[in-house]
Amino acid sequence: MSFTSIGFLVFFGILVILYYALPKKIQWIVLLAASYAFYLFGGLKYLAFILFTTVTTYLVAVYMDNNHKKQSAYLKEHKADMTKEEKKAYKHSMKVRDRIWFLATIIANFGILFFCKACLVDPLRSSSAPVISFLSVGLPLGISFYMFQSMGYVIDVYRGKAEAERNPFKVALFVSFFPQLVQGPISKWEQLKDQLFTPHYFDRKTVAFGLQRILWGFFKKLVIADRIAVAIGTLKGTEYTGMSFFLLTAFYAVQIYGDFTGGIDIAIGVGETLGIKMPENFIRPFFSKNIAEYWRRWHISLNEWMKSYIFYPITVSGPMLKLALKSRAKFGKFGMRLPVYIGSLLTWLGTGVWHGFNLHFIVWGLLNCVIIVISEELAPCYEKFHAKYAWSNTRAYNVFQIIRMFVLMNLIRATDLFNDVGDYFRRLFSLVWNFNWHVLWDGTLMELGLSAADYIILIAGIVIMFLVSFFSRDEVSVRVKLQRIPRPVRYTLFFLLLVAVILFGSYGIGYDASSFIYNQF
Amino acid sequence: MEKLLEILEGLHPEVDFEIADDLIDAKIFDSFDIVTLVAEINAEFDVAIPAEELIPENFNSAEAIWELIQRLDEE
Repeated sequence: MSFTSIGFLVFFGILVILYYALPKKIQWIVLLAASYAFYLFGGLKYLAFILFTTVTTYLVAVYMDNNHKKQSAYLKEHKADMTKEEKKAYKHSMKVRDRIWFLATIIANFGILFFCKACLVDPLRSSSAPVISFLSVGLPLGISFYMFQSMGYVIDVYRGKAEAERNPFKVALFVSFFPQLVQGPISKWEQLKDQLFTPHYFDRKTVAFGLQRILWGFFKKLVIADRIAVAIGTLKGTEYTGMSFFLLTAFYAVQIYGDFTGGIDIAIGVGETLGIKMPENFIRPFFSKNIAEYWRRWHISLNEWMKSYIFYPITVSGPMLKLALKSRAKFGKFGMRLPVYIGSLLTWLGTGVWHGFNLHFIVWGLLNCVIIVISEELAPCYEKFHAKYAWSNTRAYNVFQIIRMFVLMNLIRATDLFNDVGDYFRRLFSLVWNFNWHVLWDGTLMELGLSAADYIILIAGIVIMFLVSFFSRDEVSVRVKLQRIPRPVRYTLFFLLLVAVILFGSYGIGYDASSFIYNQF
Repeated sequence: MEKLLEILEGLHPEVDFEIADDLIDAKIFDSFDIVTLVAEINAEFDVAIPAEELIPENFNSAEAIWELIQRLDEE
């Protein structure tokens, strides 16, 4: 069931009524039933996948938590008669017991994810990639997102940073909570555990804010992302190079921003309407001044997951610390950073593979990694540059940095669009030898599948998106700011937004409003 | 503590670590800095800081980092 379907609106409307009308004691059970109903709309055949993750997550977390409790009790009881070394050895033996089942759970679950991504049909795969035909059923709904969320919880319990939930149905709700199934955000247990299971009373303002956010998500997805998608399909045609490729990268930036942030707005808005606040996944990423900053502001929940559970464990592991010592002896301060580079490389490779088993995703990850590492190493040079030249600290230079980041990120992101990496680089280099400025005025733009009216709607929509981002730069959302203006004006604005979604949303033949790009990951 | 301050100043000479208490919250330290710092601490104090301890509360100030080192050393 797509977020942008009539079916979903009916489903959500019924849920909100039941959620607030039924006794508060069973509110979370209503959510669990709704989440499984939502999941099963995607197909009964996927049920085994989510049940396996839920059951293994629940069992291993309880097992490890029991061990931790036994360990605390034992150490408390023998506090006086154990030496420091004995305590260390005891803790180590308990950790080993945890580790066996912990690793088995992690390997089994990520093994399933790996299998699904490698063998089940993925719309972004190249046609030449092998696909097991009898399993051509598509990826189970939200498998990447609920898997990362569940395994994050398992790792937190293993580390002793979270206590295991004893009610298996509560774990089932955490794993399957439907707003995040489509494309995240990936929440931590600590962020959701209290919110999911405590009573929520109907609050007009909270519900209104949630609905406003959903409406804004619809606008970005249906009016902007799905409209510009048609031109992207045309621009990917083989004869386009130079300026056409440059336009393609910019159009794709608009599409993915509208699609992904719009989808997340809907997910967070759905949660907010139910009184549940999920973590933000974006902080105005296109206002970043460099690639590293961009990645701190784009798809935050995935990047935080990668940082906490892959980058940090790799870089501060025993072998890496030994390597740091050895490389410092040889290369001085520079050598100390060797684990950072190795950790970054592996994390970016992991992020690339998470997007799909295809060479272009690996190239995408490596390009990001190389630019971030080079920028980090050049940081002292940048500092000297800014200290020497006063003009580099002006607002105009900041704008230049933002535009530079936007263009650079667009060029890297365009790897998504080409299954053939050679084709991508051929087009990238055509920016140098065959820029084709003329496509801007020779009528090509009118042959991309967009009419003049489409362009006007797109430009207006992009300007509105820009203004909303710009006016929330102080971290206070535009919705909160709109509270300060007279109610009739505010209502008129939201009514106009609703009318825009109904009138200008892309529906019908040629538009695929049924799926979100990140749902395929 | 003096050794720790030396390491921190080596990473960010522009920061006054005696008073700074928002190294993570104010984005003075990024993940690269933290990992480099962990390697330096391991080399200097022979204390391994595990991944689960890499949370903002432990790295927001020199004092918090020092407390972390002492706690892990005692464990």
